[in-house]
Amino acid sequence: MKVLVAVKRVVDYKVQIRVKSDNSGVETQNVKMSVNPPDENAIEEAVKLKEQGVAKETVAISIGDEKSQDVLRTSMAMGIDRSILVKTSNSLEPLAVAKTLSKIIEKENPDLVLMGKQAIDDDSNQTGQILSALLDWPQACFISDLKIEGNKLSISREIDEGIEKIKTSLPAVITCDLRLNTPRFASLPNIMKAKKKPLDIIDISSLGIDTDPKIKIIKVEEPPKRKAGIMVNDVKELVEKLKYEAKVI
Amino acid sequence: MAVLVIAEHDNNILKTSTLNTITAATKLSDDIHLLILGKDIETLSNNAKTIHPIKKILKCDNSKLENFIPELSAPIISHIANGYSHILAPASTFGKNLLPRVSALLDVTQISDVIEIKSENTFVRPIYAGNAISHVETNQNINLLTIRPTSFEKCEETGGSASSEDVQFIDNDVKTIFIGREVSKSDRPELGNARIVVSGGRGMENSENFNLLYDLADKLNAAVGASRAAVDAGYIGNEYQVGQTGKMVAPELYIAVGISGAIQHLAGMKESKVIVAINKDTEAPIFNIADYGLSSDLFQAIPEIIKELNLLNKLES
Ligand SMILES: Cc1cc2nc3c(=O)[nH]c(=O)nc-3n(C[C@H](O)[C@H](O)[C@H](O)COP(=O)(O)OP(=O)(O)OC[C@H]3O[C@@H](n4cnc5c(N)ncnc54)[C@H](O)[C@@H]3O)c2cc1C
Ligand SMILES: Nc1ncnc2c1ncn2[C@@H]1O[C@H](COP(=O)(O)O)[C@@H](O)[C@H]1O
Repeated sequence: MKVLVAVKRVVDYKVQIRVKSDNSGVETQNVKMSVNPPDENAIEEAVKLKEQGVAKETVAISIGDEKSQDVLRTSMAMGIDRSILVKTSNSLEPLAVAKTLSKIIEKENPDLVLMGKQAIDDDSNQTGQILSALLDWPQACFISDLKIEGNKLSISREIDEGIEKIKTSLPAVITCDLRLNTPRFASLPNIMKAKKKPLDIIDISSLGIDTDPKIKIIKVEEPPKRKAGIMVNDVKELVEKLKYEAKVI
Repeated sequence: MAVLVIAEHDNNILKTSTLNTITAATKLSDDIHLLILGKDIETLSNNAKTIHPIKKILKCDNSKLENFIPELSAPIISHIANGYSHILAPASTFGKNLLPRVSALLDVTQISDVIEIKSENTFVRPIYAGNAISHVETNQNINLLTIRPTSFEKCEETGGSASSEDVQFIDNDVKTIFIGREVSKSDRPELGNARIVVSGGRGMENSENFNLLYDLADKLNAAVGASRAAVDAGYIGNEYQVGQTGKMVAPELYIAVGISGAIQHLAGMKESKVIVAINKDTEAPIFNIADYGLSSDLFQAIPEIIKELNLLNKLES
């Protein structure tokens, strides 16, 4: 079985982001960038499948500018066999990302596509679902448990009401929740080894798909700031404030 | 043009998120249709006819639709999409699972998590865990939106008299089989629309200690929530997680207990009207956004609060 993992390069989750002063977007220059967190879970799951002998080959793919090579190197340092960068200087909407992935999938023929449930920059939570529809493969989103036997998948998905269990079959598209597994750290020797693993670069224009944005960003603003209130001295004061000042209890 | 709202329900009743989404639709059109896909939904559809803003109920009643498998629902929706300028679904796990598939079938870009509708083609949505607010414009023929329920009031459930129409079931060779759902049963209000939420974090230390919060919640008729750390540690189920990758809440009162206040947690609760933080670390970032902060050990503070509330109740009765 061959597994493809989609990895996005995003502003690190620990960074306190800043809105650009011209309101055109969020500052991404000179800030720490990392693998989108749930994509690390996708990588971990792929590497585990390889270690278990379920997967023969694991491939990471990222769509982005030159710098996205670093998240692919990280993926390979975690154990992914090889990777593909689809190069573009534009930031793509989920529909365009999914179309790009489906083109690569035509060539690569994976049995399973693992991705994150949501990119923590745009918080879209769409790409896996779209990809699954474009490929006409089953989708399993927000998963926290995966068992594979032959081409049968047993899956637990996190839904608002609790956990949903489904069974489906390969080929399939899966989007991972952070609770699926604990991503490993790349060890120094593995980081060195990853430098020698193959990384192909394809220009997005060679794929012949329409990736033009359908949505225009008019402006990006700071959210209204909440200011700190007061510290109360004890429980009695807290309950009195809630009752007589805020009038919420 | 008419606007279509996709109903989230459990085959018996509509979820509140549907009512919030209908209110969002009223900002776009007076001609709002509600699509109900499910199994044995006759009663549900009949009851929905009285929802004030709804002009027409579209329903597809089929046993295969019982468990909302998106591979089956999406083609039904895209088949009728042409008559609509906008298609809306709640930004719940139900809507997130389904609407992007429709966007793929229609070849349009969906706008996720809309918190404000400025005009027919201008929408506001949070990005970066709510640390930035993006205003977007689109000129697509059909606009697909998921709506953040907490940003819109519930619509009136009475006073309407919608017509009703069946829509065609489109069978599909779907590989996915529904096995089951593990749903926690509780008599407390639903987290997404409770007036008061009491949330616990890693500071709760274990699942037994959450009983303290359940007691407090019951005194206040509140829902219980949690941080991701508390869920990850197994103190409580994933359905209680509040935050960027959990549920969004905006109650009148949010009480954060033993929660540090990471931005991913704040993403899910900072729209609450009044925020209380109880934390023994005076430096905890949660205090920066709390209206009332109490620096104290929670194991002392919570029983004391319950005692104070009991006293108040006695005074009042
Ligand atoms: C991509 C991504 C998405 C995420 N999504 C979410 C999300 O949706 N929701 C979410 O909550 N988190 C989310 N997180 C995790 C988030 O970054 C934090 O790790 C998490 O919110 C921390 O939870 P906590 O505050 O309970 O734990 P901690 O940060 O460990 O804080 C525990 C707090 O309890 C206090 N405490 C301990 N004992 C006591 C006591 N006896 N009395 C009083 N106070 C005490 C401590 O002082 C401390 O402030 C996400 C992270 C990532 C990377
Ligand atoms: N530019 C990209 N390159 C590779 N994968 C991506 C890209 N954008 C999104 N993805 C994948 O799609 C998932 C969901 O993203 P989104 O729909 O944007 O929230 C991410 O977790 C990634 O796995």
